[in-house]
Amino acid sequence: MTERPRLTRRQLLATAGGAVAAGVFSDLVSGQDAGAAVKPITAGFIYVGPRNDYGWNQAHAVAAKKIARLEGVKIVEQENVPETVEVEKVMEGMIQQDGARAVFATSFGYWPHVLKIARKYPDVLFPHIGALWKEGDPKNTIGYRGYMEEPHYLCGVAAGHMTKTGKIGFLGSKPLYFIFNNCNGFILGARSVNPKVTCQVVITGDWNNPVREAEVTGSLIDQGVDVIVANVDSAKVVVENSERRGIYTCGYHTDLSELAPRGFLTGAEWNWAAGGRFVQAWQTGGQYPNLLRGGFRQDMVAISPFGRAVPEDVRAKILKIRQGFADDSVKLYRGPLKDNEGNVVLKDGQVIANDDNKFKLAVNFLVEGAIGKTGLKK
Amino acid sequence: MTELGWAGVLVAVAGGAVRVSTPYLFVSLGETLTEKSGRVNLGLEGTLVLGAMSAYGVAHLSGSPWLGVLVAGVAGAGFGLGHGAVCGLARVNDVAMGIALFLLGTGLAFYLGKPFIEPVAPRLPHLAFGAWSASPQVRAALDVSPLFVAGAVLAPVLRWALGNTKWGLVVRTVGDNSDAAKALGWPVSLVRTLATVAGGFLAGVGGSFLSLQYPGTWNEALSSGQGLMAIALVIFARWDPMACFYASLLFGGATALGPALQSVGVTTNYYLYGAAPYVLTLGLLVYSSSTRHTLVGAPSELTISR
Repeated sequence: MTERPRLTRRQLLATAGGAVAAGVFSDLVSGQDAGAAVKPITAGFIYVGPRNDYGWNQAHAVAAKKIARLEGVKIVEQENVPETVEVEKVMEGMIQQDGARAVFATSFGYWPHVLKIARKYPDVLFPHIGALWKEGDPKNTIGYRGYMEEPHYLCGVAAGHMTKTGKIGFLGSKPLYFIFNNCNGFILGARSVNPKVTCQVVITGDWNNPVREAEVTGSLIDQGVDVIVANVDSAKVVVENSERRGIYTCGYHTDLSELAPRGFLTGAEWNWAAGGRFVQAWQTGGQYPNLLRGGFRQDMVAISPFGRAVPEDVRAKILKIRQGFADDSVKLYRGPLKDNEGNVVLKDGQVIANDDNKFKLAVNFLVEGAIGKTGLKK
Repeated sequence: MTELGWAGVLVAVAGGAVRVSTPYLFVSLGETLTEKSGRVNLGLEGTLVLGAMSAYGVAHLSGSPWLGVLVAGVAGAGFGLGHGAVCGLARVNDVAMGIALFLLGTGLAFYLGKPFIEPVAPRLPHLAFGAWSASPQVRAALDVSPLFVAGAVLAPVLRWALGNTKWGLVVRTVGDNSDAAKALGWPVSLVRTLATVAGGFLAGVGGSFLSLQYPGTWNEALSSGQGLMAIALVIFARWDPMACFYASLLFGGATALGPALQSVGVTTNYYLYGAAPYVLTLGLLVYSSSTRHTLVGAPSELTISR
């Protein structure tokens, strides 16, 4: 796929009327309209690793580039900043030396440090990627995060169409709710196409462990798995090794299509550039949400360009479902739904809204079709 | 593709022993040689990472993975020379120097390796020993790295050379009793430096395996302590190159066990499987230790045995 039809913010508002999120955005937009001449602003981006890692950090660096193209926005970046007091020094350096008035803290463990520094600099905005903001936290901090299970569902649809063995694989890093949501999305997508598909779920226990990831990939392929998606810091090793063994893969975090010219299907991507709206609101004195989770409907996630193995009709189908998420006509979790131990999760007719955070944050099960355990206590 | 099920676990463990063991093998052989001369080089983790980075970078820039392997070896040898030269000075502690080189090696590799995280480098070719088999799983398991073969040949050769040649005798004498070596007129410091250089070369080549063969990429978590474990394996293997070879295979197989079990659906306790190689090593150390003959084969000039 070369063209990437995305909803503009205005189209989005037109389709997503009445929802809470839309309320938030209309506030945001009104703030923007009020400011005629845009004040210049410097935005800092702090990464926990190298920004060309084909993974988590690259997703943020891509967003930083997009945000740098907004009117009056200049960016400064720093890589390899550990989740310690070090990040506080880097934030203060950006604020004092570079004059940054917005600082994007792009790693989960930065949050306590963000809270500390944000109280000290009330004129600086601090978007953080964990969606951890709660009532009482500084108003100049923002927690935001995308519903990655939605693009995983689309990856699953691709996988369900392309698998020949009926066995797909999910390689996860840590046993956390969002990893399980992504896994469930992947499986639900695949089984929406072919209800016989099963998915081997393997949790490595590490964000980044190339040798173990390569071993898991090889073992899954030996077991007949022919589509793999990996939820690790950088899926480069998994995608490359899958390509060498001649199976299909889906990407994660950022666009990995060039790593697997033959076997790449599509990938689940963040759209962290959504954070540009916060910068614009901060520039113009407009309003912004302190806590924001969103999927396609809020333009906070995306899918990678299709690999050449994916036939036209499958592409069209996936784009149609994506539109369904965008206009809220497709729901990820809907009854009847069983977990992979046979327990009923949702009864027939029971539907979970795509922005039901309470449900999604508590996901500790794998849906039917998954082979594997979460390892979590229920 | 047919499924192997539980037989697949065996194939994966056997294949994993061959796939994962090579860096352990090279680093432990290098460290054995260095320690046999009476010096400890704890910096080999840094050398391994530096080797991985330089091999990947050179292979990417030149298009030749073998040139990458060579440069990794040369970079490792350079680090070995630095270690050897500094430790040859009076009152230098080789343990402290080794740790300094460990940090320097990883730091340098991370710094210089930044531009190579994204590009894709050509990989070393495999020797397809499994071409006879119709099963893709067996074929994949028998795709053996030429570096593994080189290491497997090197281990017995090194053992033979240490035990049966003049220079083997020189290295062992220098490592066991430097006064005796001096009395014989042998240059103690030079021998140790050369042994450290050779050890560094091997560790560098071991690093090139990580980046150019398996898992075949460059990033900052690539080694995750494999060089340090290999140094520990030397003690476990009692300074015997063949035992280093077996210990590396054991370690590789144990590393593959967890992923193999998980992919057939045994998914509980994966942290335990992750710890399997270490638990196994500890268990074997306890089993093989004895109060009567402690550290057989340990060169008596080593800092740790003095």
